[in-house]
Amino acid sequence: MAAAARFFIRGANSKLSVSGIGPGAHSSLGAALLKLSPNCSSRLKAQRRHAAHFTFHPDPVPTQYGPTQKMNLFQSITNALDNTLASDPTAVIFGEDVAFGGVFRCTVGLRDKYGKDRVFNTPLCEQGIVGFGIGAAAAGATAIAEIQFADYIYPAFDQIVNEAAKYRYRSGNLYDCGNLTIRSPWGCVGHGSLYHSQSPEAFFAHCPGIKIVIPRGPVQAKGLLLACIADRNPCIFFEPKILYRAAVEQVPVESYTIPLSQAEILKEGSDVTLVAWGTQVHVLREVASMAQEKLGVSCEVIDLKTILPWDNETVCKSVVKTGRLLISHEAPVTGGFAAEISSTVQEECFLNLEAPISRVCGYDTPFPHIFEPFYIPDKWKCFDAIKRMINY
Amino acid sequence: MFSVSIGRGVARLPLSANETRSLLQAATQQKTVDSSLEKPQFPGASAEFVDHLEFIQPNVISGIPVYRVMDRQGKIIDPSQDPQVHPSQDDVGRISFYMTNYGEEGTHIGSAAALEPTDLVFGQYREAGVLMYRGFPLDLFMAQCYANADDLGKGRQMPVHYGSKDLNFVTISSPLATQIPQAAGAAYAIKRENMNRVVICYFGEGAASEGDAHAGFNFSATLECPLIFFCRNNGYAISTPTNEQYRGDGIAARGPGYGMLSIRVDGNDVFAVYNATKEARRRAVAENQPFLIEAMTYRIGHHSTSDDSSAYRSVDEVNYWDKQDHPISRLRHYMTARGWWSEDDERSWRKQSRKTVMEAFERAERRLKPNVELLFTDVYDELTPGLSRQRESLARHMQQYKEHYPLDLYEK
Ligand SMILES: Cc1ncc(C[n+]2csc(CCOP(=O)(O)OP(=O)(O)O)c2C)c(N)n1
Repeated sequence: MAAAARFFIRGANSKLSVSGIGPGAHSSLGAALLKLSPNCSSRLKAQRRHAAHFTFHPDPVPTQYGPTQKMNLFQSITNALDNTLASDPTAVIFGEDVAFGGVFRCTVGLRDKYGKDRVFNTPLCEQGIVGFGIGAAAAGATAIAEIQFADYIYPAFDQIVNEAAKYRYRSGNLYDCGNLTIRSPWGCVGHGSLYHSQSPEAFFAHCPGIKIVIPRGPVQAKGLLLACIADRNPCIFFEPKILYRAAVEQVPVESYTIPLSQAEILKEGSDVTLVAWGTQVHVLREVASMAQEKLGVSCEVIDLKTILPWDNETVCKSVVKTGRLLISHEAPVTGGFAAEISSTVQEECFLNLEAPISRVCGYDTPFPHIFEPFYIPDKWKCFDAIKRMINY
Repeated sequence: MFSVSIGRGVARLPLSANETRSLLQAATQQKTVDSSLEKPQFPGASAEFVDHLEFIQPNVISGIPVYRVMDRQGKIIDPSQDPQVHPSQDDVGRISFYMTNYGEEGTHIGSAAALEPTDLVFGQYREAGVLMYRGFPLDLFMAQCYANADDLGKGRQMPVHYGSKDLNFVTISSPLATQIPQAAGAAYAIKRENMNRVVICYFGEGAASEGDAHAGFNFSATLECPLIFFCRNNGYAISTPTNEQYRGDGIAARGPGYGMLSIRVDGNDVFAVYNATKEARRRAVAENQPFLIEAMTYRIGHHSTSDDSSAYRSVDEVNYWDKQDHPISRLRHYMTARGWWSEDDERSWRKQSRKTVMEAFERAERRLKPNVELLFTDVYDELTPGLSRQRESLARHMQQYKEHYPLDLYEK
C-alpha cells in the first residue's frame, strides 16, 4: 500500500502542474511548477508553449553604483535584505516560512548570517504579521514583513488600511509606523489560479498613508525595495513572482536606492503612450516593437513603478506629446488602478487626446486556472487596442 | 470515555452527557448579581476569590494524553475500545484510493467512516481520503487535477481543490482557515433544520493560528453549533514546525478556553480516530455543541510537489514515521493478524491500483479542457451586462487572433 501511495504521489508530481497550496522549498512557481514528464502528451506541451506570455527585457548594466553581480529577481531581493540587516541593527525580517529561506527563496541564508532573532518564522497569521510589524516599527525597529502571497494579504487588510495607513495622521504625528515594509509575491504565473495570481494593488491604492511599489526586474527590485525600507512611510512592495527566476540582470552588490513615486520612460515614442508596472511592462515593450514593425506606430513605454503616490506628471507629459494612452494590468478592469490613471489623464489632457484612453486589463472575474491564457491582457489584446486607437 | 474539560477550570472529569450538559449550561448562563455572597459577581467568569498571588501555569495539565486503540504493531490494547470492524470487498476497494495524503490516511478514513453521508464537510485541502471514502470517483479527482471538461469546478481552481454537492463536501478554497467560521455558520443553520446532521471542519495546526480559527471556535461555542473541529496536527505548516506555531499544549488545549469539549487522538490509529469522531458526532447532534478533536499525525510527504522538505527536516525523522509508525502499516498489521490480508493480496492490490491510476491519468490527460465561455459564468448567478460585453469582446478577439490561442485544447 505504501509503495502504491508513493507511486501515486510521484505520478502526480511528474504529470501535473500541482503546487499544492503555497509551494515549498524549491518552487519558483514559474516554470518549475509546470513539471512535465518526458512522455507527456503534445497537448500538455502545447499548454506550456502558451504559458510564457512575455519576454523579459533586462535593464542595461547600471554603472553608477559600483560593481555588479548576476542575480535573478529573488536573489536581488535577498541581496537588498542582506544590505539592510548589515547596516541597520534594528532591522528584523519575519513572516511565514521565512526562517528557512521562504517559499520563494528570498531570505535564504539570512538567518544563518544574522541570527534567529532577526530573521524568523511567525505563526501562520497575516493579521498578526502586519500588526506585529506595525508595533515593531512604532517602537523604533525597521520591520520587514513577508506575506507569503499577495492573495493572502486580506486577513491583514484591517491592520494595513485602518492601522498602518492612519498611524501618523490620527496621532498628530506622535506615532508612526514608517519603518514598516511589507513584501509580497504578486501577479500571474501561468497556472496559479484564483489564489496564487492576484494583483491587489488597487485595493490599497484607495488608502492614503501607504506607498505601493512594484518592480519590473532585479535591478529595480533591489533599488526600490531599499527605498521602501528607507522611506519614512509604511510601504507595500509587491514582487512579480513570475520574474523571480525568469528575470536575470547585473545587479550592483552595494546598497543603492531608486526614488519612489517616479515613473520611468523606458522607450521614447510619439504616437501612443503605454503605461504598466511589474511583469506587464515587458508585455508592453514587446507590443511597442510589434506596433512599430506591423503598424509603423511609435510607442512610448512608461513603467509607473510606484502605484501610490503615483507620478502623474511623467504620464501626463507623455500623453500631451502622443495624444493616446493605453494602460494595462492583470487585475480586473473595473476599479483597477488603470481607472485612476485614466480619469486623471482625462482631466489633465482632455484637449490633447486623439482617441479614448484604452484599458487592457483582466476581465471582471476571479483569476481562472485553466482559462488564464484567455484571461490575461496579453500582447495581442494590447496590440489590437493600439490598432483601434490609431484608427479611431 | 471522554476526558472532559469544563468552563474555565481545568478539571478533567469523566462525565455523562447529561451531567456535562447541565454543567455547561450553568457555566454559560449569565448570572444575576447577588451582593450578599462573598463570591465574585463579575459577569465574565464564575469562580472563587483567592488571596494569594499566583499565575496560572501555561500547561496546567502535564500534556493532554493521546487516545489510541491499537499499539504501533496494530494490536488492540483494550478490547472494549475495539470498534469491531469487519472486512468487506467494499471497504478494501475504498481504502485503495485514499493514499494521496501520505501519512495522514488514518485521520481521513477514521473520521469519514464515523460520519453520516449527509454530514457536511468543510475541508482544508489535505483530506482527499474523506472525499474518497464518500465515493468520489477517481476520474473526478483526476478531472479536477487536470482541470478538464469533466471537472465539477469547471477548471477554475488549482489541483486538489475538490468539491461535491452530491457528497456534501464543500469546495476547497486556498486561503487558510476561512472554512472554520463558515463551518460554524453552516452548523448553526443545520441545527435549526433539526435533521440529525453535523458539520465537520478539517484544518491543519498551522491554519489554527489564523484569526478565523479563533472566530470559528468562539462562535461555535457561544452559538451552540453541532460541529466537529478536526485538527490534523501533522507537525509542520510547510517548513514551520509546531514549536514555532504555538507554545501551548497543541490545539486540543485551546478547547477549554472556548468552553469546548476536546480530545487528542493518535491520528495514525484509524480506530482511535473513528471512535473519537463517532462519539463526538453522537454528542454534537444530541447536545448541540462543538467538539474539538486534535489528531496527532505526521506529514510524510513534502508539503506539495514544489516543496523539498529536506531543506527543513531530516530524512531520518521522515523515515521513522514512514517505517515505524504509519497508519496504513498499523492497519495492515491488524488485518494480517486476523487473516484478512496477506502479502499476496498486497502485491496484487498494488499492481491493480497502479494500473487503475495510470489509466485514469491517461483518460484525464486526453480529455479536452472546459469551454472558454465558462471563464465568465458563475461570477454572479447570471451573466451581468458588463460581463456579457467582456465575453463578446474576447470572442471577437479570438476570432481575429485564433492562431495565438490554444483553442483546440478546449471544448467548443
Ligand atoms: C491565508 C493563507 N496564508 C498562507 C497560505 C499559504 N499556505 C498554504 S498551506 C500553508 C501551511 C498550512 O499548514 P497546516 O495548516 O498545518 O496544514 P498542512 O499543510 O500541514 O496540512 C501555508 C502557509 C494560505 N494558503 N492561506
